[in-house]
This record gives sequence, C-alpha cells and structure tokens, in this order.
Amino acid sequence: MKILVPLKRVADPDNANKVKVAGTKLETTGLEWKPNPFDEYAVETALRLTENGAATKQRQGEVVVVSFGPKEVEATLRAALATGADRAIRVDVTDDKLDGDLVARALKAIVEKEKPDLVLCGKQAVDGDSNQVGQLIAEYLGWPQATFAGSIKSEGAPGKETALVVHREVDGGTINLKVTLPAVVSVDLRIVAPTSVKSVYTADGFKYPDGVRFAALMAIMAAKKKPLVEEKIETLAADTALKIEYLGFELPAARKAGVKVKDVAELVTRLKSEAKVL
Amino acid sequence: MDFSISDDHKSIRESVRTLVRSFGDDYWLARDHDGEFPREFHRAMADAGWLGITMPTEYGGAGLGVTEAAIMMHEVASHGGGMAATSTVHINLFGPHPIVVFGTDAQKKRWLPRLIEGQDQVAFGFTEADAGLNTTALKTFARKVDGGYLVNGDKVWTSTAQVANKIMLLTRTTKIEDCKRPTDGITIFYTDLDRAKRDKRIAVQLIHKMGRKAVDSNSIQIEDLFIPEEDRIGEEGKGFSYILHSLNPERLLIAAEAIAIGQDALRRAVKYAKEREVFGRPIGKNQGIQHPLAENWMDLEAAWNMVMKGAWLYDQHQPCGAEANSAKFLGARAGYNAALQAVMTHGGFGYAKEYHVERLLREVTITRIAPVTEQLIMSFIAEKVLDLPKSY
Repeated sequence: MKILVPLKRVADPDNANKVKVAGTKLETTGLEWKPNPFDEYAVETALRLTENGAATKQRQGEVVVVSFGPKEVEATLRAALATGADRAIRVDVTDDKLDGDLVARALKAIVEKEKPDLVLCGKQAVDGDSNQVGQLIAEYLGWPQATFAGSIKSEGAPGKETALVVHREVDGGTINLKVTLPAVVSVDLRIVAPTSVKSVYTADGFKYPDGVRFAALMAIMAAKKKPLVEEKIETLAADTALKIEYLGFELPAARKAGVKVKDVAELVTRLKSEAKVL
Repeated sequence: MDFSISDDHKSIRESVRTLVRSFGDDYWLARDHDGEFPREFHRAMADAGWLGITMPTEYGGAGLGVTEAAIMMHEVASHGGGMAATSTVHINLFGPHPIVVFGTDAQKKRWLPRLIEGQDQVAFGFTEADAGLNTTALKTFARKVDGGYLVNGDKVWTSTAQVANKIMLLTRTTKIEDCKRPTDGITIFYTDLDRAKRDKRIAVQLIHKMGRKAVDSNSIQIEDLFIPEEDRIGEEGKGFSYILHSLNPERLLIAAEAIAIGQDALRRAVKYAKEREVFGRPIGKNQGIQHPLAENWMDLEAAWNMVMKGAWLYDQHQPCGAEANSAKFLGARAGYNAALQAVMTHGGFGYAKEYHVERLLREVTITRIAPVTEQLIMSFIAEKVLDLPKSY
C-alpha cells in the first residue's frame, strides 16, 4: 500500500505563550517549530500500515510525506524520513500565501500524480485548529473518508489491500465503518495506542510501544540520502488566490482573581445571587 | 565564524530529546531511591543506535565526532536524569576508543558490535587507590604466562562493575622501576568480567556514594585472573599512550553533561521563582533571586561555548587539551553553582526530593572531581598554556 501523509509544522505548543498578535497577523519569528502532533500520529499510523510490527526494518509499502513551506520545513520532513517514511515532497510557498482550501487543492494535484491508495492526515493542526484539509481533499478527489480515526485495520491481500476498517471516535462512543480504498482518513490521538493499528502483515495480538516511534541514529543518517523533491505551488494549483482571509486574532481575556468565601452559606448565596447557577 | 546549528545537530538533539523525555523525573527519582541500573533507558538508547554514535560505521556505528556526542550527552542530561542517565550511556562513547584505534580487525568485529547494540556493557578498571591521577603509579600487574597473562591487583572507582560483563583493565606488565619512563610498561586488556565464575577471581564491592546511585561504582580485587593473549589491546607496554586519545573527549562530554544538569536545575529554579508567591508577589521579582540565576545562565552559556570550541578542535584533529580541560573546569563549576542556586531558590522545598533540585546537586557534584580534579586542571593550564614551572 502506498500512503501519502501531509505534514505541517506548527509553533511549539510548549511555547504558545510567546505568540504575539500583530494586527491581522500572528508574529511567528523566533518561535521553535515542531511537527503538528496529529500529523506525527498520521506518520506513525502510515508506518504501521506498511510493515509487520514484529519486523519493522522490512518495509511493506511506501509512505510519502508532503509539507508546504519555505526551505526550513525540510527539517520536519527529514525527521519524518528518519522515523521511516520513504520519500518527501516540499511544496515551496510561505505560510501567509496558504489557506486550507489551497492546501487541499494542491494536495489533490499531488495525489493525482503520486496515486497513493490512502491519504492519511492528522485530524487537525494544533495551531489554527481549522480541521478542514482532510475533508476538503476527500471532496475534491471524490474519495470516501473517515475522520477522527481511533483505530485502523487494513483488509485484503498483502500488497493488495482493498479496504480499511476504521473506528471513529465521536462524542459518547465510537462509530465503526469500512472504507474502500483509495480513501482519505484523518487520525485522532488514540491511533498510536499499542494495538490501534493493524496491517495485513502484522500478527493478531501484536503490541506496539505506546506513542510514536523514536528516530534511530542510523535512520537519521540514512534519511539524508532519502529522496526529497521540491514542487512549486503554482504548478500544482492554477488558482492560488486565497479564499479564506484572517481578519484578526484575539488572545483569551486574562482570568480574573477569584474570591475566598467564609463558609458554605456564603458560597451558596454567591452561587445563587452572583453566579446564578443554583 | 559560524554559530548556526546544522540540521544534523538539530535532528540529533530532537531525536535524543524525544527518547529521553519519555523517561520522566519519577523514573530517575525511583532509581535514585532503589539504586537499580537504568536498564530500560540503556535498552532504549541502544535500540535507537545512540551507543554507536562515535563508533566506526563498518562495525555498526555512526562514525560521528565528539561535537555530535557532546550534543547528544547534553540532551541526555537535560531532563532530570542527571549523571545516572549520562553514565548509563557515556562510557560507551569514548571509553572503548583504544579498541577502535589500536585493536585488530578481529577484536573490533568481536567486541564493537556487541557494545553498540548494548549486549555487552563494559566497566573501566583504571583507577587505583594508591595511584589516583598519578596513573603511572598503578600496581595491578599482568604477568606473562603461557597463552596469556595472570593478573593481580586492586582497582577502585570501577564504574558499572556490578552490571557489566566486560572490563577494560589497565595493568603494568613491567614494573615502574624497570622502565625507562614511567609511562612505559603499561598494558590494556579488554576481557570478560565474570562475577560468578572463576572462583571469584574478580571480587566486586559496591561503594556507597553521594549521587549517581543507579550507576554503581566499586572497588575490585583481582586475584590470579587469567587473561588470554587475544584480549590484549595493541602492543604490550604501550597502553598509556592508548588511553590518552580518549581523555580530551571524555572531558568535553563530562563538561556538556554538567552544563546540561545545571541548565536543567536553572529551568526548575526559574519556573519556581515565577510561581512561588511570598508577601503577595512572586519571589522571582526580587533581584536577590533573579541576579544569581542570571549569573548562572551566563556561566553555563559561556562554558557551553568552550565545549563546542574544544569539540570542534578535536574533530578537526587539532590540539584541544587547553580547551577540553577548561571546558571541564568551567562546565562543572557552572553546573554545580546553578544546581546549588536552584536548591537555594526553592528554599525549604529545594531540600525536598519531590522538587528534584537537591538530586541534581548531588548528581552534578562528581563532575567537579572526575575525571580530573580542578587543581590538576589549573596546574595543567599554568604549565602548558602559561608556561609556568611545574609545581608538584
């Protein structure tokens, strides 16, 4: 199976407090960048679907990672190659020239060229929380989709997988469904639990370590030699005008200090008269 | 001059960080309590290939330099593990260097892949109680017998001898009084360390110590231990020059580790200073709290630059003795001072184990003493750099 994984770098969520609002823009200079965690889960899922969990050195398919951005995002792509992805594509463009719709249309062009069996993405990026690219690609390609996957099992013969059984996490439970390949699937965080992904190569009952895999030193060295090609956004999308315009950003209001109450009686009174929750 | 950080160095740091962070403060606090060797951490580092970072590529290593190793060890020491974390892997990086440089192909094939994969662990039997840093005064003697040597002697501060299955042993094969120079007549072996068999030919006693509880240090007694000829590294009598090759890298790595522990402690102190409110304001608002931490930051950064300079020189095959020794001196002091200040910044809670800074202080202290003392570094700088007369 050949899998395409779109990968976005986001400002390190641990340093989110350093993001400054400057008019209608977010000031991102000086921030540290990290792969979007949900996209890292998607890479891990793609690797698990293209290997036997008990013999991960032997690749049983192909994982192509794609990212949009300036030269620096190649570090993010190389990191994905170091964990096991086979090839990388960087679409040369700056963040301010992108919206979710343009990314989805450019990805459609890449999919038509690469012909993967599956587009696997994180359910959303943790910076803008837009949660739209996966759904838009499915629409533009006319492919079936399953969003918020908490577990995935591939079906069919090795090398000729035909469908995925996906458990989708929704409020109050899970929805189990089967999507015929080719398809688009977006993953939620539980997808990296030890038994969440089962490929046709992996034995029943096999358990992965929890979470995404570490890049091994030799793999980091080898990743430098893996193919990484550059594409131009203009050749992928005829119309590069943005359809979504950010008008402004506001930081959440600072929390006000609380009050100390003397006793339960005062608490009940305040809950009734001020908070009006009783 | 270029201070930018290469993509390789960034990815080494990122990858090591992800792995090391999966072992949290609680893991290291528990090892500080029970003294168990951090096997899970050792296994994870070996599986990800980090033990082979400086080893030759033809034996499964990555063939990288001391710069990369310093970056790796800086990251290993940055997340609460202190010297327990670093010593678990550190010994593999440059300790086996005599094998890499002077071993035969057969020896390298026999020994290096197993070290890189973490199947073998090596203890270092170099130091002796009556020799200390005056290494050539060592007494452990290897007498030539048919097919090998018969070794007798006592070693001290032999790290990991409770868990290692191999030992690198520094011995005399000619008595010092029969040698032209005191550095002659020293021979290195790399052989099995078997605590169970051989009628206890190597007896190992644990030394209880201030920090790094999880990575054992020992005194060992060797009695009529037979070491086969094929376990000798290089030529008989040339051992002293073989170990010199790994001294500067070791100093640079210890410096990187001390700095990282200091920075770890400093981060905790800064966080506490921002959060802890006394008299209605965070204590970090007071210059009495701020200024020492600012000074710690400057000292640590300056020392790190000295590490990088020394490492760069070493990797360019240029002399780096002054820089490596200075980095060790500055790094250990900066790390120690930062850890001590972190305890003081925490006040009473700094004395409590749950805040981890007292442990970091105990962990970092060894870096001021080993592998070479501050006094000897100053004597070295005075003599070799300033050209002053030898004082001892």
